[in-house]
Amino acid sequence: MAKKRVMVVGGGLAGLAAAMRLAEMGIDVDLMSLGPVKRSHSVCAQGGINSCNDLTRQAGDSEWKHFDDTVYGGDFLQHQPPVKEMADWGPKIIHLMDRLGVPFNRTQEGYLDRRRFGGTLYKRTAFSGATTGQQLLYVLDEQVRRWETEGHIRKFESWDFLGPVLDEQGVCRGVVGQDLLSMEIRAFPADAVAIASGGCGLIFGKSTNSMACTGSAVSRAFQAGAKYGNPEFIQVHPTAIPAADKLRLMSESARGEGGRVWVPRQPQDHRDPRTIPESERYYFLEERYPKYGNLVPRDIATREIFDICVNEGLSVEKDRQCVYLDLTHIDADELTRKLGGILDIYEKFQGVDPRTIPMKIFPAVHYSMGGLWVDYERTAAGGLQPGSPKNQVTNIPRLYAIGECDYQYHGANRLGANSLLSCIFSGLFAAPGIQTLFENEKGKAAAELPAALFDGAQRKHQQADEQLQRRSGGGENPYLLHQQLGEVMTKAATVVRRNDQLREALATVNELHERAKRCSLSDTGHWTNQNVVFVRALLDMFPVAKSILLGALQRDECRGAHFKPEFEPAHLTAAEPAERRQQAEKWCDDFEANNRKWLKSTIATWNPGSQQPDLTYEDVDTSVIPPRPRLYGLAGADEIEQVWNERAAAKQQAKA
Amino acid sequence: MDSTSNPTSGQPGTITIRILRQDGPGQQSYWETHRVPYEREMNVVSVLQKIAAQAQTIDGRSVAPVAWECNCLEEVCGSCTMLINGRVRQACTALVDRLLEDRPEGIELAPMTKFPVVRDLVVDRSRMFRTLQKIRAWLPVDGYYDMGRGPLVSREEQEIGYPLSMCMTCGCCVDACPQYNKIDVARRTGETEEEYQARRNAEFDRCFMGAFAVSQVVLFNTHPTGRHTGTERLEALIAEGGIQNCGNAQNCVAVCPKEIPLTTSIGLAGRAATVHSLKRWFDR
Repeated sequence: MAKKRVMVVGGGLAGLAAAMRLAEMGIDVDLMSLGPVKRSHSVCAQGGINSCNDLTRQAGDSEWKHFDDTVYGGDFLQHQPPVKEMADWGPKIIHLMDRLGVPFNRTQEGYLDRRRFGGTLYKRTAFSGATTGQQLLYVLDEQVRRWETEGHIRKFESWDFLGPVLDEQGVCRGVVGQDLLSMEIRAFPADAVAIASGGCGLIFGKSTNSMACTGSAVSRAFQAGAKYGNPEFIQVHPTAIPAADKLRLMSESARGEGGRVWVPRQPQDHRDPRTIPESERYYFLEERYPKYGNLVPRDIATREIFDICVNEGLSVEKDRQCVYLDLTHIDADELTRKLGGILDIYEKFQGVDPRTIPMKIFPAVHYSMGGLWVDYERTAAGGLQPGSPKNQVTNIPRLYAIGECDYQYHGANRLGANSLLSCIFSGLFAAPGIQTLFENEKGKAAAELPAALFDGAQRKHQQADEQLQRRSGGGENPYLLHQQLGEVMTKAATVVRRNDQLREALATVNELHERAKRCSLSDTGHWTNQNVVFVRALLDMFPVAKSILLGALQRDECRGAHFKPEFEPAHLTAAEPAERRQQAEKWCDDFEANNRKWLKSTIATWNPGSQQPDLTYEDVDTSVIPPRPRLYGLAGADEIEQVWNERAAAKQQAKA
Repeated sequence: MDSTSNPTSGQPGTITIRILRQDGPGQQSYWETHRVPYEREMNVVSVLQKIAAQAQTIDGRSVAPVAWECNCLEEVCGSCTMLINGRVRQACTALVDRLLEDRPEGIELAPMTKFPVVRDLVVDRSRMFRTLQKIRAWLPVDGYYDMGRGPLVSREEQEIGYPLSMCMTCGCCVDACPQYNKIDVARRTGETEEEYQARRNAEFDRCFMGAFAVSQVVLFNTHPTGRHTGTERLEALIAEGGIQNCGNAQNCVAVCPKEIPLTTSIGLAGRAATVHSLKRWFDR
């Protein structure tokens, strides 16, 4: 009998982690990636990776608190068992990365140094300068190369995933890919397929994402029948460097190391920022959020920066929106040691040294909390069952999703330094499940199935490719359409969302989709044709873009990164204690009513007939930590919290 | 200086770009000139994006878009390496205003010189990844189960290892190296993919590994766990295509975008290789 093998699509942290773990367990792997895996987008992750550790433990931290911070920061929209399991695995994953040689920053004594990130009060974040993602990716790349050298992993680099191969029962039996050099289209039999293709920032035109982050692989799985969860939850990172080609990330670690965000109190103050006295600076995050200061969760920091610039007119520059992110009060050598990588990026692109002059930054699309819907098997203790083939599998049997492209870990908002953890965790954890799947079955390996299945799938994609190539000239320009799509999406579906704008955006995106179907190619050659690849990726952006817009339109509430001012819960306004108490009671009633309606995952299914997503809603497993209001910086937070705690205690008593 | 304006002629309306193109492997290369509108804060990547969108030469001829590679656009992935005004570097950090300061007449782009051209500015750098296999550039850990934390590492050791670990295998160091020669192994008719790979790898292994590889040997051989298998890497270092090919031109360190101390690595590795060779000679 032929040996069973796995196809991993994507060579970032999740894909590489899965590949090396599978190889270790004796399962051979094919690894398909748009380019050399060492150049994957994970290299752009900067700040670090979270786990509870010996130091935080002594300050009262635990895996449980990491879990709690993650679901609270995510506004309770994630199923809790996978998050609990991930937090429990945090320390083990950092140990493993340490053993694999990641040059983490060290303390005097040689232990891992840690820093604080947003949405927590503990220093959980291990880091390697400010290029932690790059360093993590490199050690996984090295381990995968080790298995490749021994013949257990085959790499297909510079290949584009065109879609899964599904048999008559709708079971995934492999993939079809295209060699981006020779343009050859080929089917690969596989006994399990793991999509690890990352995010979809390019749908928004400019973002902090790399150029490979088109979301096309996910979209192709979605169009083949895989469900997509929580599409509308897109993280806009508070601090990026505005530019023409890309909005380069300025890591949260800049604030974790003491960076302060401010604007001059006087609008568009022309003075050199260094000469503006303290009293004339508005440290708006510190003033509005005394507890977390500059390290509030990302969705909140983003809205505040947006608000300061757009609504209060306090942007530092007149014709461009930005605020100061100031590190100049910190020792320059320490900055270089802990943040060197990102300071160099700022200096290289802006020509200014952030050690001496405050940086100018503005929010940018950064991460997709939503992604392919995946399953899991829960234990009685509320974690995941290790080795269950259900973990990380989509609704298509044998098709798995791991890393940023699954919807499972971050709910309505991701905490900083949790993505590197979720990517590595989901990759490592999916592997034993796939092993169990293989061990429990007696059927034929995919390679032994009738060739007609694979030939048919290959032919279908070949025909689509030929059709694309045959398009007559003079049609729509795909690059300009992409720019327009990005503008519409950024305007309607990022920091602030309004139903009229979303409706209008949906109409525009529908129209752009139709126009994109008439794109003409400027290159019809059969060798390294990047034009074909781009047009195909553009076409596949639309199903995801429509799901983002429709999901946002239908969700009439505020939750994490999804903010609709029309549905914003009121602050408490009364001064008189009894009245204030009454308002707090009402606030809690409204909160509970809203949760009954909206504490649900959006599930999109692609409808090829209407060329639109169909949306349904799925209950969220919040059985481990009961949802509670997220009260960062709200006026009246103390009273609301008191009412809420009294209610929770009463419920507890009633149960007992 | 204000980087938003071009000092030579205020803000020029357009930028002229000459590109050395090649339609495919083994084909004749040719120069082609394009012109794009000037905008503030452009880099070579945004220039190439505009060229792709218009797909038209300076004289209005429709042409296939120029092929080039890029991904992160912040000089951390290594994809967009090419020759810009004759110097090997990443296109993303090549800011147009600075380029025009040095060379007001326009920008010249060409593919890297030491790797086979795939098309236009895209080259095949798989030889570098093969070299990482040859020098066994990984830590030989027992497995991926939880076995507690790794060895203690002093801050000083971390500060030596971290810069070496910034290498993104971009190829600048080898492109600028006089000892590193282009190897173009064409596939023979009738040869299977595996046969071709094996023949190509053997050819790669015979030729100079380059500074990045020597530096990676130093990185792994100074790590507490990597030291256990240090001999294997030293063997690769003194084998055919090893460190003895280095001509000490020191171009590598001058062009490295990450400022990796490559010549320091070569010095360290050279001494370790000599000691290892002598030891091997005495042990015979």
